[in-house]
This record gives sequence, C-alpha cells and structure tokens, in this order.
Amino acid sequence: MTLREIQKLLEAEVFAGSQHLDREISHAFAADLLSDVLAIARRGAEGAMLVTGNQTLQVIYTADVVDLGAILFVRGKRPNESMVQLANEMHIPLLMTNYIMFETCGRLYQHGLKGCVEKVEDESD
Amino acid sequence: MNQTEERYPFYRTFQIEGGNFTNAGSISSQVKRILKEEGFPGQVIRRMAIATFEAEMNVICYARWGILNLLVSNDFLKVVVDDEGVGIQDVNLAMKEGFSTADERIRELGFGAGMGLSNIKKVTDEMVLTSVVNQGTHLEFTINVKNGDFS
Repeated sequence: MTLREIQKLLEAEVFAGSQHLDREISHAFAADLLSDVLAIARRGAEGAMLVTGNQTLQVIYTADVVDLGAILFVRGKRPNESMVQLANEMHIPLLMTNYIMFETCGRLYQHGLKGCVEKVEDESD
Repeated sequence: MNQTEERYPFYRTFQIEGGNFTNAGSISSQVKRILKEEGFPGQVIRRMAIATFEAEMNVICYARWGILNLLVSNDFLKVVVDDEGVGIQDVNLAMKEGFSTADERIRELGFGAGMGLSNIKKVTDEMVLTSVVNQGTHLEFTINVKNGDFS
C-alpha cells in the first residue's frame, strides 16, 4: 500500500512528508515502548511503518536510526511542532488517525499490510 | 590521523548531558549518518545505531554526563561510553531483561522497560560493562564489519 492509500483508509491527517505519499509501505508494526521498536527493528524494519501512541521527539530519532518508512500516530494524538520539524529534517512522514491502535492495525492488516516480524522465537529472543 | 592516505581508523567523540531529554537520540542519529556516509553495510549500521541509541539513553537517564567515543575501522566498529553518575549496583541483574530502575519521566518517553542493556547485548558481537556505584559506568561494544549478516 502507498502512504496515500493508508491515509485514505484511515482518514489520516498528514503532518510531515506530504511529498512522500507515494512511498510504498509493505510492512508495519505497533509499539509504544521505544526499546520495543529498537528490538523489533533489530531484525530489520527498513521502510516499515510504525503505528504508535508515543508522542515524543525520541520516536522520531528512533525511526531515523532504524530507517523506518513512516510513523502513524493513533487515537488522534497530534505530533507537536518540534516533532514535525524534526521529521521534516529527517524525511520521515508523520500521519495521524483518530482510530484507536487496535482498529488501525486491524484495518491495515485487512488491506494486506504485514507485520515486519510475525513472532519472536522465545522470551529471550 | 592521515586522512588523505589512510581513512581508517578514525574516531569521533560526543558529549552527552545527563538529564537533558530534549535531544536524546540525536547522537545516535549522527553516528548513523557517519556510518552511512562511510558506506558500511545496512545491517551493520542498523545494529550500531540500535546499540548506540540504548547507550545514549542510559547516560541521559542515569548519569550526570558522559562521553561517547565512536571508533571506525575497516574490520570493526566500536563504541565506548564512560559516564559519571549513580552507576550500577549489580551488573548481572541490570543485564536481565525487565529489570529497571527507571522513574516515571523516563517511562513517559517510552524507555525504562529494562530492555536497553539486553538489546545492546543482542545486536553487538562483544559487550563489556563495568560500573562503580556512585561513580559511573563504563560500557563498550563492538560490531564486526565482516560479520554483517548477523540475524
């Protein structure tokens, strides 16, 4: 799916990276803990979309260091001005939907988006 | 260092201010850019960036200040972090996933779940952690460039 299709599907508002809406997103994952984001990205999440409720500058830095393709904020959580500015500098598209996390993930999955990791091997993985 | 003939090894030093959460993550972002410009494999860069991010957050969360040194060479990449701060009482316990002494502020940022050190261990080829309580912590980790296909 392209970001534009995702935007339409989730009636999302675009806060940064509107010039990148043709970007193809094939994988996504959802996390609020940034250490979880980093742990998942360890296996490769390049170009994936992060679905999150985390509203910090650090979520943008995290997305940058592991080369995520976009960040989608759920539950109507608007990124603030400094987050938008940093995301623009780092060319990371920021979208925001009013759907809750569960609905957001469900709708994306239904439309063919896959998780960037299906499951971990065991607790210590 | 003679950059015209021999680019490697070189190192970069970054200062980290403890307790300053505003730009937490910016050093890792710079480290990633340096490694990208040098043309290291994506997997190697990703692993370095993840480990550096966790290390940077640890200093900001738990120390007064710290110095992060990035050493770039042909065969391996190394980061050494020294900080002055509360230190770690029990290094083995701190390495355990889920163990955390984080306060509410750190958790609000989405950190402090007790995964940082084990995340570093998992993405690096070698990791050394020593600490003296109420003095500081020394952390170093290495990633072999040739072994970039680590999964």
